[in-house]
Amino acid sequence: MTLPVLLPILGAGLTVMGGRSATLQRIIGLAVLGTVAVLAAVLLVAADRTGPVVVEMGGWAAPVGIALVADRLSALLLLISTLVTIAVLVYSIDQRIADYGRETPSTTFHPMYLLLCAGVSLAYLTGDLFTLFVAFEIMLSASYVLITRRTSASRIRSGMTYVTVSLTSSLLFLTMIALTYAAAGTVNFADLAGRVGALPEGVRTVLGLMFLVVFGIKAAIVPLHFWLPDSYPNAPAPVTALFAGLLTKVGIYALLRTQILIFPQGGVWTLLLYLAAATMAVGVLGALAQNDLNRLLSFLLVSHIGFMIFGLAVFDAAGIVGTVLYVIHHITVQATLFLVSGLITRRTGTVAIDQMGGLARTSPALAVLFAIPALTLAGIPPTSGFVAKLSLLQAGAGAGVSTAMVAGVLVAASLLTLYAMARVWVRVFWGKSQPPQPDPDPDDELVVGTASTPKPMIAAAASLAAVSVLIAVAAGPLSALSARAATDLLERTPYITAVLGEGS
Amino acid sequence: MITINVSMALVVGVLYSVGFYLLLQRSLMKVLLGIVVLGHGANLLLQLAGGPPGRAPIVGDAPTDSFTDPLPQALALTAIVITFALTTFLLALGYRSWVLLGDDEVQDDVEDRRVARRERPAAAMDTEPGTDEADEEEALSPRW
Repeated sequence: MTLPVLLPILGAGLTVMGGRSATLQRIIGLAVLGTVAVLAAVLLVAADRTGPVVVEMGGWAAPVGIALVADRLSALLLLISTLVTIAVLVYSIDQRIADYGRETPSTTFHPMYLLLCAGVSLAYLTGDLFTLFVAFEIMLSASYVLITRRTSASRIRSGMTYVTVSLTSSLLFLTMIALTYAAAGTVNFADLAGRVGALPEGVRTVLGLMFLVVFGIKAAIVPLHFWLPDSYPNAPAPVTALFAGLLTKVGIYALLRTQILIFPQGGVWTLLLYLAAATMAVGVLGALAQNDLNRLLSFLLVSHIGFMIFGLAVFDAAGIVGTVLYVIHHITVQATLFLVSGLITRRTGTVAIDQMGGLARTSPALAVLFAIPALTLAGIPPTSGFVAKLSLLQAGAGAGVSTAMVAGVLVAASLLTLYAMARVWVRVFWGKSQPPQPDPDPDDELVVGTASTPKPMIAAAASLAAVSVLIAVAAGPLSALSARAATDLLERTPYITAVLGEGS
Repeated sequence: MITINVSMALVVGVLYSVGFYLLLQRSLMKVLLGIVVLGHGANLLLQLAGGPPGRAPIVGDAPTDSFTDPLPQALALTAIVITFALTTFLLALGYRSWVLLGDDEVQDDVEDRRVARRERPAAAMDTEPGTDEADEEEALSPRW
């Protein structure tokens, strides 16, 4: 149970020590993540059969000690995230081999990558607020290094923006913990659920809003999204894919967990509903204005965060099911898109859409690989995006007039997503083919403009696309699983009794 | 019920306002100082959440109401270590930015700069080619 956290940290240490041998680093990385994936699958089965799995660290009982809890939601997200991290790791190893040869080790990449995975696992599994803070810090400090390592002059500024914004949100998180502790006298989620309910309404609202702001910055909810399109696009493709796939989703997960467990709403949560509508609209309109492929994808990411919080705003079982399905689908699809975008820029040497063209002829494999996640993101049936969107729309239509109207925004945003993707398709894959641009920063990590696409990298991206297709194929069982997870979440008692024992 | 004394509340307030003021500055060094001050403010607030200041956290077998809650102190200790580590990282980042760029300015939002550029009269842009406008143009066009 603690292994999904400890193994990557141990692996990170080993990869530092084995820093001279590239092969050793790669084997350790893949072995660790593979084991974590198996463990996550086992946890998911256990949590689904017998209820939440709880481990109390150091033998201290729950409200005092640190508890790790795996219920259906966290185990499911852990499994999907780990699959994505494996695929991205394979991609970046392939990239490294293609650019620098089989023997060149990288001293920082593997340790930081594994540390980030450890942070993500801990964030999913933790049962108290302060450990969640520590998990975020592990995850973020690793991400600071990944986004700024071997950077060039043109990219360091965006790294600075990212670090500054993340640090500010971390300090707000700390403030929030202090206020919560002062008000409720505990940081354990299950314990908070009972105690916050007894607080005066004003205090409860302030705390609830603090939680929304802190996790809203991580999840990039409009109007707290500005940092995302400025920082993500400038990192190397595998790093961006990892961030886009996982970091914002961890924010969404934290929102889901805390808001439902600690601040349950009676009905539709109107504030979040409007925020969801604004996020969808601002994100997709921002995407349409972009010429930079990675910035376009980042704005689409912001837009689709709106889809996820829409399900939470509806605040009933159907809405939560939609959110869970959407998060699962989006983790895989967004990561695939950024990996493919990395392949495209590698081939063309530029991220400017208007300087590309004719890739469908020169690299048909890339075209197919872009088309699958693009259509999935837009939600064309029978892809996984369609399944997730359908359940969100059903939830929206079933919960009243205001949610139905926001569901209309959701449909419009999906269509505009399709339009943005079609624009990319026409400019990049059709038209006259253009010669690759030279690499403007030959000194930095990234090699672009090679006019080649190594087969192993394509295979790695394709395996991730295959995962998203698999999600569509397994939509039935997955929906049923999400429905059980949503019921558990909304009932709250299975989680609370699992952590605190029967007496509470 | 936790009581908080006014002077501590004032100190926390001052630390937060100074921290946020510095955070809004251009230079990464000032931002860094802001984050340090803000970190102190947050840690102090965490301490105060554990009860009135001046008591020891654990006093042998003494009755529980004679010592303060040890948990916030443990939390604050962890938070201090994390803030410390990240301060070092920011210092390194500021240095790297200074080596690469000659300054450590944290830039504006890209879309903001794009909008600001559009609102400037077109005539001004024509008469001053090669100055700041050209740099701006270069900075806004997609990289690589």
